[in-house]
Amino acid sequence: MNDNNEIMILDAVERYIRGEMNPDERLYFENLRKTNPAIDQLVVEHTLFLQQMNQFGERRNFKTALQEVHTGLSEQGKIHADKLNGKARVVYLWKRYRRVAAIAASIAGITTIALSSLVWSISPKPIKGDIEKLSRDLFVQQVKTDLLQNDLDKVKKKNSKADADKTIEYKTAATGFLIDGKGLMITNAHVVKNSRNIRVFNVKGQQFNAFVVKLDVLRDVAIIKIDDSKFKSVAALPYGIAKSSTDIAEPIFTLGFPRDEIVYGEGYMSARTGYKGDTLSCQIAVPANPGNSGGPVFNHKGEVIGILSARQTQAEEAVFAIQSKYIFNAVDEIKKNDEYRNVKVSTRSTLTGMNKVEQVKKIQDYVFMVKGD
Amino acid sequence: MTQEGIEKALLRGLAQNDRKAVETIYRENYNMVQALIINNNGSADDAKDIFQEAMIVLYEKARSGNFELNCQIKTYVYSVSRRLWLKKLQQASRYGEIGDTDNVVPVEEDVEDHEKKNLEFEMMEKAIGSLGEPCKSLLEAFYLQKKNMQEIAGSFGYTNAENAKTQKYKCLMRLKKIFFTHYKNGNGDE
Repeated sequence: MNDNNEIMILDAVERYIRGEMNPDERLYFENLRKTNPAIDQLVVEHTLFLQQMNQFGERRNFKTALQEVHTGLSEQGKIHADKLNGKARVVYLWKRYRRVAAIAASIAGITTIALSSLVWSISPKPIKGDIEKLSRDLFVQQVKTDLLQNDLDKVKKKNSKADADKTIEYKTAATGFLIDGKGLMITNAHVVKNSRNIRVFNVKGQQFNAFVVKLDVLRDVAIIKIDDSKFKSVAALPYGIAKSSTDIAEPIFTLGFPRDEIVYGEGYMSARTGYKGDTLSCQIAVPANPGNSGGPVFNHKGEVIGILSARQTQAEEAVFAIQSKYIFNAVDEIKKNDEYRNVKVSTRSTLTGMNKVEQVKKIQDYVFMVKGD
Repeated sequence: MTQEGIEKALLRGLAQNDRKAVETIYRENYNMVQALIINNNGSADDAKDIFQEAMIVLYEKARSGNFELNCQIKTYVYSVSRRLWLKKLQQASRYGEIGDTDNVVPVEEDVEDHEKKNLEFEMMEKAIGSLGEPCKSLLEAFYLQKKNMQEIAGSFGYTNAENAKTQKYKCLMRLKKIFFTHYKNGNGDE
């Protein structure tokens, strides 16, 4: 694409964000945005950028105003601050004179600022349809499988004397991630709620037995624990769990097991609330497939900001994640039990400032495929 | 007007950059914060910095639109200043304790938000600063002073608005690249 074309596109994006398009043009542009992810991404990114610019400008003007008020009030003796003496006063007045033009111009800009913030309040169109939980159903024909399993069980009972690793017929596969070094792990409640046996697999393919510690079906959060002598506990996880919520348009990434291989996905935070305004969750724009359920969503600092949980069936890119603060709620619940009283979940990430490749390298050992029968 | 009504009007004024409101809040709270800082190992300059920082916190909260103050402005400004000063003391590993705890509201989250915004502000400041001229002035004229392209073309000596636009586009791409590199790496210097 040549420069002229790009200048035109950016120009359109800016006019769209500022609300300067006429209704027809706006409609056309919104359609373009829906069908062209690159344009959509540009709008989100540029909105974020303009917001940052505006905030920068606002704050800089306010700082200038504060300086002037300070000097003015102490000149008049209305506050007990040190007064400026002769030379400083001349410098101050000179600076003030120079600033007048800038301030006057910025006042005219305030209306524009207000307009640009309106973009955020465009409400999403209600989309009929449902959301699908993103765990993979490994056996669709469950009845058939159950029958089969009965037979298998009978056969197995006969041969299972020396069989330590019993075979499990998995029905669901999803993702989970450690929240402490001793094997406590978070996944979605819908992944494990009907499972009797749970097994988790790391990126190296090693498998460990696990059991459910806590199920919160309402919030769709489950804590499971690896219970396997093969599992070696780690001193500290590289990532922390974020306590505060994330800003719209912040870049995020996910790791999960939509296939038998760990898959990295990149996107951004699109809304602070989830499906139909659900406040437990948030909406993210990231590629997700069945199997991504229960996977961690990271911000650029390498903090877990959510648990990927579901996707809107009609819109591939609308994915929902449970906000990370509910991890703390679930952990607080299990702390009431003596066995878990000392569980510590870190909020500190040691990944800040690293590039994505390094971050993912450090994180991937702690993300597991979760399978249940 | 009731006390509450006055305070609400002040906050509205603050949000709209009304100089009178800024002055009133400044006048009514400055001495209190200065006393706090000076009584706790600070100088008059520290007091000014901390108080203005607290004013920015209040300003940005007021501007956010969904802000409801459930205590007096005085209490809020005091609490924020106190928290900011405590952090400063602790960073300088000086003795960090402020004896009084009456009339303080919890502001930890607000201060944390503010620190994040501070980082963003510095990021943008650095990014714009590293642009060099004429890019810096050109972008400031368009995005901060909201001048239109004709005006800009005139004052910067471009032959027409189209030329100014092309130049602005090139500058903008550079700025965005610098800014987002820092932004995506979480300010880069930690």
